Amino acid sequence: MTDLKPKDFASSLDVRWCPGCGDYAVLKSLHKMLADTGAKLEDTLCVSGIGCSSRLPYYMATYGFHTIHGRAPAIASGAKLANPDLDVWVFTGDGDGLSIGGNHLLHALRRNLDMQIVLFNNQIYGLTKGQYSPTSQKGMRTPSSPGGTVEMPLNPARFAIGAGSKFIARSIDTQAKVLGPILQAARDFDGTAFVEVLQNCVIFNDGVFDHLKDKKQGPDHTIVVEHGQPMVFGVNKDKGIRVKPGGFGLDIVSLEEDGVTEADLLVHDETNHALAVALAELGEKDGEPTVLGILFREQATEFGTASRIGLPEKPLSMTEKLIHLSATLRAAETWDVEEDAA
Amino acid sequence: MQNGLEHSTTTRELPVSQQPEVDYVRVRFAGDSGDGIQMTGTRLAESAARFGNDIATFPDFPADIRAPSGTIYGVSAYSLNIGHTEVDTFGDETDALVALNPAALRKYLEGVKQNGLLIIDMDAFTERAITKTGFSTNPLEDGSLSSFRVLPLEITSNTEKALKETGLSAKDARRSKNMWTLGLVLWLFERSTADVEHWIEQKFHKKPDVAKANIMALQAGHLYGEVTDLPPDVSRYRIQPAPLMEGEYRSINGNEGMAYGLYAGATLADLELFYGSYPITPASPLLHTVAKLKELGAISFQAEDEIAAICAAIGASYAGHLGVTGSSGPGIALKTEAIGLAIMTELPLVIVNVQRGGPSTGLPTKTEQSDLFQAIWGRNGDAPLPVIAPAHPGECFDMGVEAAKLATKHMTPLMVLTDGYIANASAPWKLPDFSDPAYAPFPVKKATDPEGFLPYDHDPDTMARPWAVPGTADLMHRIGGLEKQAGSGNISYDGENHQLMTQIRAQKLEAIAKSIPPQHVESGEATGKLALLGWGSSWGPIRVAARRAELEGKSVSHIHLRHLWPLPPNLEELLSGFDRVIIPEMNNGQLATVLRSQMDVPVESVSCVKGRPFLVREIAKIIEDALGASS
Repeated sequence: MTDLKPKDFASSLDVRWCPGCGDYAVLKSLHKMLADTGAKLEDTLCVSGIGCSSRLPYYMATYGFHTIHGRAPAIASGAKLANPDLDVWVFTGDGDGLSIGGNHLLHALRRNLDMQIVLFNNQIYGLTKGQYSPTSQKGMRTPSSPGGTVEMPLNPARFAIGAGSKFIARSIDTQAKVLGPILQAARDFDGTAFVEVLQNCVIFNDGVFDHLKDKKQGPDHTIVVEHGQPMVFGVNKDKGIRVKPGGFGLDIVSLEEDGVTEADLLVHDETNHALAVALAELGEKDGEPTVLGILFREQATEFGTASRIGLPEKPLSMTEKLIHLSATLRAAETWDVEEDAA
Repeated sequence: MQNGLEHSTTTRELPVSQQPEVDYVRVRFAGDSGDGIQMTGTRLAESAARFGNDIATFPDFPADIRAPSGTIYGVSAYSLNIGHTEVDTFGDETDALVALNPAALRKYLEGVKQNGLLIIDMDAFTERAITKTGFSTNPLEDGSLSSFRVLPLEITSNTEKALKETGLSAKDARRSKNMWTLGLVLWLFERSTADVEHWIEQKFHKKPDVAKANIMALQAGHLYGEVTDLPPDVSRYRIQPAPLMEGEYRSINGNEGMAYGLYAGATLADLELFYGSYPITPASPLLHTVAKLKELGAISFQAEDEIAAICAAIGASYAGHLGVTGSSGPGIALKTEAIGLAIMTELPLVIVNVQRGGPSTGLPTKTEQSDLFQAIWGRNGDAPLPVIAPAHPGECFDMGVEAAKLATKHMTPLMVLTDGYIANASAPWKLPDFSDPAYAPFPVKKATDPEGFLPYDHDPDTMARPWAVPGTADLMHRIGGLEKQAGSGNISYDGENHQLMTQIRAQKLEAIAKSIPPQHVESGEATGKLALLGWGSSWGPIRVAARRAELEGKSVSHIHLRHLWPLPPNLEELLSGFDRVIIPEMNNGQLATVLRSQMDVPVESVSCVKGRPFLVREIAKIIEDALGASS
């Protein structure tokens, strides 16, 4: 065990995100969680792509690799496969992870290699000054969509489910009490853990999540799900989610008005795949809460473990390898040429 | 073919091939994609190699997986050159063509020399098949083959007859017609069927019925030659073993050699091999070969795309393995940005480009060497990348080792250019002796000492930066694609620092230039009237033509580049010793353009982009045009 403090996980570089950026809060939660969990600096590797959030590795006192746009999951995969003892984190954004890097994210999630992918979703391209992103809301006016976007936004959690992800969680940048434990659980998960962080871009998309974050109104628009707990939410804990009676899907109910009791509500089962799909989509329509917490978690074969089957149990020495190689080369038909063959 | 790099101790000059059908024989098998042509050719090649001949092969198969039968585009062929002398090419012309259907005859008749031998399966020459091929009349009857020696045989029905007592259906029996044919060709070469029988037994040990049928067909073909009175103009070939260096041999193609060589290189560097790749013709066999080395500790990773393949390799290199990725031109194009990242982060990485015809998807199954510009210059920014190229299949193993050595010694990504011909062609290869000084280990020393550690501090000799891998205590640092502050490796947007770092990246190549062997002359004198300068797989035809011309008393030398970037420092001086320097290359003059940018020696380019290697006679013509017939 180390006795590192959160600040020990901060590198000596000045953090250069815009004042008020949601990234600061995520960085702080991360430092705290790593310190609390006794992580070692030298065994922690932070890999990122391109974008505001991808600067994060520079602010970590761990090993870090700020790579190229969208490719962080691939580089992280190579590093983790080469050294399974590393604790590998990928930091990406909605543009980096879901647009230019969508393919890598898809395949990383489906493979289930033991690492954490934290996607900062601010629904905008920040570093390139405010163009719409794949998660921008329809109709959003930006320099590249002066008439408003006509594209349907992508829901990252739903994408992750579609890709076959085995750990899907969602949080809000500034809600350390939700985010901290999620980061911890993601780290503990033996597989690829996908964490979407709803993150405020103070310059180009300020306030897009305000209705979720608002201390007073927020609880009416969000629900933090916990495995085994009934799905109750609201400022007064008077709302809930139940299975649509006689139908298929979820219903948002008021505990007092609709004549339902807590016993009628759904109990969160994080291993229920169909439920995870429904939870991921909640919040897209008015009146629905956005679901935070661990939406889905299911233990499955970890890619690294599976792919190491067949490798030598311990690394071969140079001599052993050359002996094996000589034998392999001779597994084909060989023949001898004598000096006086001619 | 000769063996190994210039540092190899196994090289010996074999006599120059001069007289066809006396020194060497060029055979081509051709038939439908489903006729087992590749297997037939490979077996004859293997058998000839075991007999002690020098061989060169050229598999030529359609891009379609199962092209419709009987069509010209569905013809699969395997050419091989079997020599008592040194054979470096599969041959300009065919001495004996085995055509198992009309389409095969139509497609490859043009390559058969005057009075060459045509072995034809008459059974396949039905009216329908003949018309389908585009012949208006039956070529076996209309006299159009009068300038060849034709041996029409009932190969299919003879095969059926031979297998009658096995109880196999006629359809199943017909599948062995390639073995019947091979039996006959082995007889033609005065070879026994024993090696092939042994191979069949091993190959089909789980299917004894199939093994038995194939062996029976093989023996029947051989016996047919023995007992049948063949036309008097059909004589057997008597090609004695070639005076190869003594030692233990196997045959190897370029892809196999490269995969094994990279593993050996990683091993000698005391590293694990990580191979990240995405399937692409003609590079996929590299992935297949590394995948089979898992028990030896090699990690292969089939990525979701070309970009992920190289990125995973970069990640593995960062974590302390030797990252390698392989592809062909279009895939390399996709990897371009990541190559820049590896240059910026100064990580050891080997990129293998098995070149094929381009641009774009181009000619996937045809060979070309037109990615030289892409290799040397194809990136954003001033992004120097060393480039090396083996000359023939037997050299790929040593080039794999060389790639690992340069990449780790100088902490740099590096590109190896092979091509579709080198990748698929096979040749006898003297197995490496790892106690040979040529294979002396070059273990990598990773950084462990925090005292004075700076991630971007450069060794003045090699220009390598320290390799501090994650997991190492007290050496935590951050790298990335943004410009680095010299020394600390922190992000720097400072102009003066960028100037310095650009120079450092250039100096890395200067350091490599100092460490590579000086350019030597492959054959001929070190000065003279004409130098033929080649690189990559143009080696074979240049070598044959140059040595023949030299025997005729012409002043012609062959110089062959293995290190293309940086160039060997003595190259300019060497080339300036010749009146003329001509570069035959399978592109539109790329090496010539590169050299013109680098040195003050006039060079001329001769281009051939026909999806195949140069022919010897094409090179001979270059020599003749340059020197005159009698010079």
